[in-house]
Amino acid sequence: MYNLPTKIQEEILKYTEENKISEKQQQQIIDAVTKIHKMSTYDPQEPMGVVAAQSISEPATQMTMRTYHFAGTAGIQVTLGLPRVLEIFDARKEPRTPTMTIYIEKSHQTLDRVRKIAENIKEVKLRDLVKSTILDLTELKIKYKLDLERLHALDVDEKKLSRLVNVRNAVAELAGEMLHVIPKKKDITNIHKIKFGVLEAHVKGIKGITQVLVTKEEGEWVINTLGSNLKKVFEIEGVDATRTTSNNIFEILDVLGVEAARNAIIKQTRFTLDEQGLVVDPRYIMLLADMMTTEGNVKAIGRYGISGEKDSVLVRASFEETKKHLTSAAIHGECDLLKGTIENIMVNQVAPVGTGAFDLVGKIPQQLPEEEK
Amino acid sequence: MMYGYDKMSMDLLQHELVPKHEILSDEEKNELFTKLHITKNDLPKILDSDSVVKKIGAKKDDVLRITRTSSTAGTAIYFRLVIPE
Repeated sequence: MYNLPTKIQEEILKYTEENKISEKQQQQIIDAVTKIHKMSTYDPQEPMGVVAAQSISEPATQMTMRTYHFAGTAGIQVTLGLPRVLEIFDARKEPRTPTMTIYIEKSHQTLDRVRKIAENIKEVKLRDLVKSTILDLTELKIKYKLDLERLHALDVDEKKLSRLVNVRNAVAELAGEMLHVIPKKKDITNIHKIKFGVLEAHVKGIKGITQVLVTKEEGEWVINTLGSNLKKVFEIEGVDATRTTSNNIFEILDVLGVEAARNAIIKQTRFTLDEQGLVVDPRYIMLLADMMTTEGNVKAIGRYGISGEKDSVLVRASFEETKKHLTSAAIHGECDLLKGTIENIMVNQVAPVGTGAFDLVGKIPQQLPEEEK
Repeated sequence: MMYGYDKMSMDLLQHELVPKHEILSDEEKNELFTKLHITKNDLPKILDSDSVVKKIGAKKDDVLRITRTSSTAGTAIYFRLVIPE
């Protein structure tokens, strides 16, 4: 029996219930829909990859070169448009602007509470707590004037600061509202390097999260961040760990697995295309995401990913880096069995596509019948 | 303040990006292979180092039935073979 997708089945059921349609008519509707659905599916051996490629790349040519855009009304810059699409399909390990959308559990949905969580997530470096720096060359010391007001606002104990400094064996000590750093090796270039190194010391928050922004989305408070670290954020009290996501696909792969990474690829691509006002059938994006994740990890489309790992030498050579592939094939004595589509087109043979994919199998009689002799 | 690692691993399968993964029994596996005329190596793969595989305790050569929610079809079934990394 031909099974319609669950979504269509549900829609038919809902329609028949709403309009009080008899069982007999319902069956007629199902039959009609099944007929249409059968007609609109791909036939066996139809080259749907080519269709998918065209369906995605034609709208992509319409994309603007404008790469940045403001998420929400104010604040965080996110890479969008063509550069973002390339980023996803090239499977870059780190996106240019990693961001997270952090959802908050219902019990913590007050502005004060959400602000507090955001504050705890944001990375604070020593740089943010220092008013001015003095380089004392007579004593060979570096003196940092601390911003005590900010220190207390961020709930940082100044006594702990001296322990956080860990640059080139320098020793730090607190003197009133000043932090003195005494280098071990007393020469001037060393002091200069320490001066900047100390400012980068991690004080609190999650490493890499440089900006946080609390916004209201669809009636609930949401934190948007620049910088991403899902593992750490999931551990924070009040964070809804079932919805919080990142735009870093490799991070999702690492924390939530391949299937989640596949879903993230689809979501991110659709979001980027939608944002530019482009319509692409989601099925093509799903096909692409499935291609990228069949081996259990996320592979790029292109030279270093799927196209670079095809079985046929001729296909790889025809794509990019022709000489490299032909030379290595010659060295290793590779054999091209001409089983795919592209290589058969290249040698002017019937390609295994559509009707060309099927062979005629006949029973040839051992002996010809008497009368034909 | 911090729940520690346990909370995260508990919520991993509940995350909206993670579909339902089930381990097939040997019978179901054979039924699938005969129905589709394939061997296990024709299936898409999932690494044994994958967080979900570790969480549900699947082993090498297990086949996982993945029930995806799809924006076009409602639900869709997918299979993956667990392979060593």
